[in-house]
Amino acid sequence: MMKKFFGILLTLAMVLSLAACGGGNDKPADSSTPPADSSTPPADSSTPPADSSQPSADAPSGSASGTFKLGGVGPLTGDAAIYGNAAMNGAKIAVEEINALGGVQFEFQAEDDVADGETSVNAYNTLMDWGMQVLVGPVTTGAAIAVSAEVYNDRVFALTPSASSTDVISGKDNMFQVCFTDPNQGVGSADYISQNMPGAKVGIIYRNDDAYSQGIRDTFVAEAGKVGLEIVSEGTFTKDTQSDFSVQLTAAQSAGADLIFLPTYYQPNAVILNQAKGMGYAPTFFGVDGMDGILAMPGFDTSLAEGVMLLTPFSADAADERTQSFVSKYNELHGETPNQFAADGYDAVYIIYEALQAAGCTGDMSAEEICEAIVAVMPTISVDGLTGQGMTWASTGEVSKAPMAVVIKDGVYVTP
Amino acid sequence: MKTRKALKTATKVDFATYLGVTAAFVIVSLLKSGGFLNRSLTGMLVPICCYIVMAVSLNLTVGILGELSLGHAGFMSVGAFSGVIAAMSLQGAVPFGWVRLVIAIVVGAAVAALAGFVVGVPVLRLRGDYLAIVTLAFGEIIKELINCLLVGHDENGLHMAFNISGTLTIDDLGMSPGGVAIIKGAQGATGTEKLASFGAGFLLVMLTLVIVLNLVRSRTGRAVMAIRDNRIAAESVGVNVTKYKMIAFITSAALAGAAGALYGLNYSSLAASKFDFNTSILVLVYVVLGGLGSIWGSIIAAAVLYILPEALRQFSDYRMLVYAIVLILVMLATNNPTLKNFLGRFRFGPRKSHKKEAA
Repeated sequence: MMKKFFGILLTLAMVLSLAACGGGNDKPADSSTPPADSSTPPADSSTPPADSSQPSADAPSGSASGTFKLGGVGPLTGDAAIYGNAAMNGAKIAVEEINALGGVQFEFQAEDDVADGETSVNAYNTLMDWGMQVLVGPVTTGAAIAVSAEVYNDRVFALTPSASSTDVISGKDNMFQVCFTDPNQGVGSADYISQNMPGAKVGIIYRNDDAYSQGIRDTFVAEAGKVGLEIVSEGTFTKDTQSDFSVQLTAAQSAGADLIFLPTYYQPNAVILNQAKGMGYAPTFFGVDGMDGILAMPGFDTSLAEGVMLLTPFSADAADERTQSFVSKYNELHGETPNQFAADGYDAVYIIYEALQAAGCTGDMSAEEICEAIVAVMPTISVDGLTGQGMTWASTGEVSKAPMAVVIKDGVYVTP
Repeated sequence: MKTRKALKTATKVDFATYLGVTAAFVIVSLLKSGGFLNRSLTGMLVPICCYIVMAVSLNLTVGILGELSLGHAGFMSVGAFSGVIAAMSLQGAVPFGWVRLVIAIVVGAAVAALAGFVVGVPVLRLRGDYLAIVTLAFGEIIKELINCLLVGHDENGLHMAFNISGTLTIDDLGMSPGGVAIIKGAQGATGTEKLASFGAGFLLVMLTLVIVLNLVRSRTGRAVMAIRDNRIAAESVGVNVTKYKMIAFITSAALAGAAGALYGLNYSSLAASKFDFNTSILVLVYVVLGGLGSIWGSIIAAAVLYILPEALRQFSDYRMLVYAIVLILVMLATNNPTLKNFLGRFRFGPRKSHKKEAA
C-alpha cells in the first residue's frame, strides 16, 4: 500500500514539476529582447540579393535585417484542427524558404487555441512571453476577434490567414487579413452569377448556426437584391441536422431553382451533392471557399462534383511554378494536398516578410516599433502570393485581390 | 458540546477560506505590480476568478443540494449575454467603466436567477438521472436560443429580434445609423468593450463565498443538506423540500450568471457555442476534483485545473492527454485511504469522516 502511494505521489510530483517548468520560466527579462543575432546564420549581411529565385522577392530587398520572432495561433487540436494545422504547416514552409534565402531570419512558434476565444487569448499571451514580435493568426473568426482586441491594446502587428469576418479587422488599425472578408465572398458570388448566368433562379442552402455561413448568405442576399438576381428558395440547417438535406433540396426543386448557392463547408456539401443526384435533381451548384477541399475528402466520389462551381482564392492544381513547388513540398512533408488555409498561412508569412523589408525593420526592434512601422507601409505594398496576384491592402486591414471562379471538370479545378 | 465544537471548526474553515483567497489576491497583485508575473498568467487571472465562482456555485447544487446539474454553463451563458447587453447599451449613459461592470454583473445575476426559477419549477420535481438529463437539455436550448437572438442599441433604446426562420439580419432591427449591434445571432457578441479586471474578479469571488458559506451554515443550509442526505426523513420533520431546493438552485444560477457577466466582459468576442456541454462538464470536473461540498476544494481545483492545460503547452499535441492523466492521478490520490489518513493528520479539529468510517 505504501509503495503504491509513493508511486502515485512521485508520478504526480514529476508531472507537476514539469508543469511548473512550463509556466514559470522566461520572466519579463527576455520578453522585449529577442536573443540578439547570435542565432542568425553568417549569411546575414553578405548575401541579400540571392532572393532572385523567389518570385515574390522582387520588392525592396535587404533593407530589413536580423531575426524576427513570428508567433502563430490556430486550432491544432479539436474540431477545427484541419484548418489550424494547414495554416501553420503552410506558414512553416514559408519560414523555411525565407530562412534558406539568407538575410532576414524568422523563428516561428505555433500555439494551439482549439478555435476558442478564451484559449486563443491564453495562447497569444504565451507567445508574448516567448518574445513574439509579429503574430500570424488566429486562424478562426471567433478566436481572431477575441485576440484582435488584445493585439490592438498591446500594439502588436497581426495578420490573420483565414479569419474572414469584418469584425476581426473593424476598428483595429494593426489587424490585417490575407483572405477575403465574408461580405466580399457573398458580393463576389452574387456579381459573378448575375454576370455569367443571367436569369438564373437561385436556391440557397446554408447553416444558420454558423457565423461564416450566415454571414455570406446575408451579404449574398443583399447583393442579389441590388443586381436583380432572383432567389426562389432558402433552406437552412444546423450543426446537428447536416446529415439529411432532402427537405431543402425538394423545396428548391419544386421552386424551380436551377442554381443552388452553398455558402457552407465541404462536409455538408458532399451530402447535398449525393442526395441531389439520388433525387435526379441536377442544378448548377455554386460554392465559396468552404467548398474547397471537397475533392480531397476521403470516400467522396469526385464524379458527383462534376460541374460544381466555386469561388476560391487558391487551387492546388494551378499550373504556375510557385504553386507547384508549394504543393509538392507540402505533399512531401505532410502527405496531403494543401488546401487554401495552407496557402493562406504560406502567403501570410511572405506578406510579413515583404512588409518588414519595405519598412526596413530590424530584429532588435520591439513588437510596438515593428507594429507602427508595418502599419504605415501595409497600404503601400503589393504582394504576389499563392492566393492572389498583386494583393494590396486598405488601411482598414482588408485585402484586395481578384476572386477566382473555378469549375470542377474530371476531378480538377479549371477556369471556366 | 459536540455541536458547538463542530460549529467552531466549520467557522474556522470558513475564515481560513476567506483569508486564503484574500492572501492569494494580495500576493498575486503584489507580484503583478512588481512585474514578476508573466503575461500568460496575468491573462488567466480574470477567467480563473470566473471559474472559481462557477465551481463554488455549482458545488452548491451538486455538493450541498445533492442534485446533479449538467447545464450550469447555460446559466453562465444567460448571465454573460445579458451582462454584455447591459454594459454595451449603457455605454453612453454611464461614463464609468466599473459602474457599468457592476450593473452588468447585477443584471446577469438577476436574469440568470429568473432562468433558474423558470427551469427550477418543473425540473426540481425530478430526481437523479432525470434532473441531469433535463438540465443538460436546458443548456443546449439556451445555446440554440441565443444563436437566434439579434440585439442592437441606438439612441431610441434596445432593439431585439428573434431570428427563428434564419432569414433576418442585424439590418432588420431597424436601428438608426449610429446604432451598435450587440448580439448578432450565431456570430455572438462581438466588439464588446473589455471592462473586467482582476480586482473585480476578486470581489466577486469574495461575495460568492460570503453568500454560499453563510447560506450553507444557516438554518436554510442545514435544511438543504438534510434534503440531500435523506429526503423522506427531512420531509417527515416538516422541511419544505421544494422551497429549499429552489433557494439553493436559484442562488446557484444567479452566481453562475454573475460569473458569466464578468467572463463576457473580459473578451471582445463571445459566441453562444462557447457555453456548451463541455463547459458544464469542465466546471463539474472542478467541483468533483475539489471534493463535493468542499468550497475551498472547489476554489483550489478551479485555479489549478485552469492553469494546468496552459502550463502544459510545451507538450503541444499531447497536452490534453497529459491533462487527462493528471486528472486520473488526482482522483486516485485523493481516494487513496493511506493518503487520506496522511492528510487527515494535518486537519484541525475533529476528523468527522474517520469517526464515521470507524463507526
